[in-house]
Amino acid sequence: MTATASPQTTVLAEQRLDRPTRPAKHRLSRRALGWQIGLYALLIVLALIYIYPFLVQVATSFKTDAAAAADPISLAPQPFTWAAYERLFLNSDFPVWFGNSVVVTVFVTAGRVFFNSLAGYALARLQFRGRGIVFAGLIAVMAVPTVVLLIPKFLVINQLGIYDSYAGMILPLLVDAAGVFIMKNFFESIPPSVEEQARIDGAGTFRIFWSVVLPMARPALITIVILSFQGSWNELSHFVISTQSPELTTLTKGVASLASGQLSQGSQFPLKLAAAAIMTIPVAVVFFIFQRRIMNASEGAVKE
Amino acid sequence: MSALSPARRRAGSSSSGIRRGEAAAGWLFTAPVLIILGVFLLVPVLMALWVSFSDWTGRGSPFSSNVGFVGLDNYAAVTTGGGLAERDFGTALRNNAWYVLLVVPLQTALSLFLAVLVNRAILRGRGFFRTAFYFPSVTSSVAITVLWLFLFSSSGAINEVLSWLGVNGPNWFSDPSGVVHNLLGAVGVTSGPAFLTGNTLLGVSWWDWLAGPSVAMSAFILMAVFTTSGTFMLLFIAGLQNIGGDVQEAAMMDGANGWQRFWRVTLPQLKPVLFTVLTLGLIGTWQVFDQIYTGTQGGPGKTTLTPAYLSYSAAFLSQQWGQGAAIAFVLFVIIVALTILQRFVLRDRPVSRRRLRQYEVPAAASGSGADRPRAKKGAQR
Repeated sequence: MTATASPQTTVLAEQRLDRPTRPAKHRLSRRALGWQIGLYALLIVLALIYIYPFLVQVATSFKTDAAAAADPISLAPQPFTWAAYERLFLNSDFPVWFGNSVVVTVFVTAGRVFFNSLAGYALARLQFRGRGIVFAGLIAVMAVPTVVLLIPKFLVINQLGIYDSYAGMILPLLVDAAGVFIMKNFFESIPPSVEEQARIDGAGTFRIFWSVVLPMARPALITIVILSFQGSWNELSHFVISTQSPELTTLTKGVASLASGQLSQGSQFPLKLAAAAIMTIPVAVVFFIFQRRIMNASEGAVKE
Repeated sequence: MSALSPARRRAGSSSSGIRRGEAAAGWLFTAPVLIILGVFLLVPVLMALWVSFSDWTGRGSPFSSNVGFVGLDNYAAVTTGGGLAERDFGTALRNNAWYVLLVVPLQTALSLFLAVLVNRAILRGRGFFRTAFYFPSVTSSVAITVLWLFLFSSSGAINEVLSWLGVNGPNWFSDPSGVVHNLLGAVGVTSGPAFLTGNTLLGVSWWDWLAGPSVAMSAFILMAVFTTSGTFMLLFIAGLQNIGGDVQEAAMMDGANGWQRFWRVTLPQLKPVLFTVLTLGLIGTWQVFDQIYTGTQGGPGKTTLTPAYLSYSAAFLSQQWGQGAAIAFVLFVIIVALTILQRFVLRDRPVSRRRLRQYEVPAAASGSGADRPRAKKGAQR
């Protein structure tokens, strides 16, 4: 962050040295001020466009149906009502959906953290015949668009007899090639001498991985946790094709069915928006806690 | 790729010494990933390939003896069949093509614009603005679609704002009219010339291919730009921070103004990031599914039908498994082909003579200025 500050200030300084004429400098600073004000105005308008919809969402969830239609922009519910939330929690399958999303997300995240780091470590550090092929295979896998896999995945899940079960929902999501890459890149950045010490002391490969290297990989592990959490919590298409019974409906699937009119006559926007808002809360909480890391994670992904 | 040679070199000695058992551990460690990706990715693709050549109806195993091989029939049905399957596929391709055509440039330009705005070192509240722009990207597409259905409903916030400007907003998600057709209608053109209306491609007349995205699809287009610009903004910020200030400085000394510096200095250096963003955008926009499933299920008038959703509905709702799988594979080919094409278009090539002249004119006085941008690019690699 600060690294970018210095070259730019030196640029300004040098430019002034280059053309020290007074009127020009004076004009520049006034124009710069104008630019600055314009820039902030633009940024604030843009930020409002990005944030306001979410504020409207929360506000509307406390409105009555009539108020939601009559006054779609206001942030003050008139009258204020908990009706939508009461309906969701006391009179619908919403708690079941929430529970299912939690179960799937916990297992998928735990699985991805463990399996991705195992594979990432092997690809980064262990010498074995075929490593290059495994690596190339993973790259190929990442290139396959997920939507194309909807029917294929269903076929296999059905053949294996795990259609409409937690196994069918969780197993296929348990690893992801992108996560393996993140872990591999991180392990490659840890100096090998750390492991050599342990190896001389007689530790086995798994022991070295588990007690020496993995604890050092905490930043990368947190990245995987965040990505897996977001990915599995927000996943829709996989659950659409792997389940059908109401007891296994996840939040995404349930809220999607709400949107298309189940459980409601008329538009019932407060109800739908309340469901969508609750669904967004866990992701938002994780986002605000790990904000800096989330931003850096995606930056790291391109830097390689 | 360099990982291959040391692996091979050391593989011989791995049977003895302190690295004993490493090969076994290597396979053991990668086994869960390989097995799961193999079972749920590689095998399924092969199975689906078989299904796309078969007349399987969804009952029993696709490998049972009463499932027949029908060759390219399923592919023919959706591409040349002349029936509803072909028309639906054509419509879906039309819809998605407009979606890609509008979303990819818009999201790329907007995210680059946001990145440049937010990347200024002297900007106060940089973190806040970045967070604001990025937040829509982390929320689920289902939740955003629900929100969008509300914002763009006939009595929603968007129409309310439009009414302040004196515009009578449409009933967005139930308006199947094409935007280009509407614009033409505004200048009095309501029906196309015979050579456009008379000839068809994939069961859809040329005039309908040129209809533009429907009003309903336009709302989805805006949504895609809204939700993805934050992610790509982060990629561009990372790219911008990798660029050293020295080239900017040199251009400044040579008298380039802000606009010239952006187009001639910054943008060429961002080319790798630009390539990533365009590729991810292209791959993502051909896969629109969640929004359609949650929002419109292809309606109104099939104008939000996309190949991904059509593939799903053909297989799971209409039990046309062969056709569904065939659509998925055609979609796969489209995505791969466009990615390769784009890589070809954006490949590194020697600076053209016309381009070179642009660099030479202002640099005539200072001499060495001409090759500076290129020299920097070479150094990056």
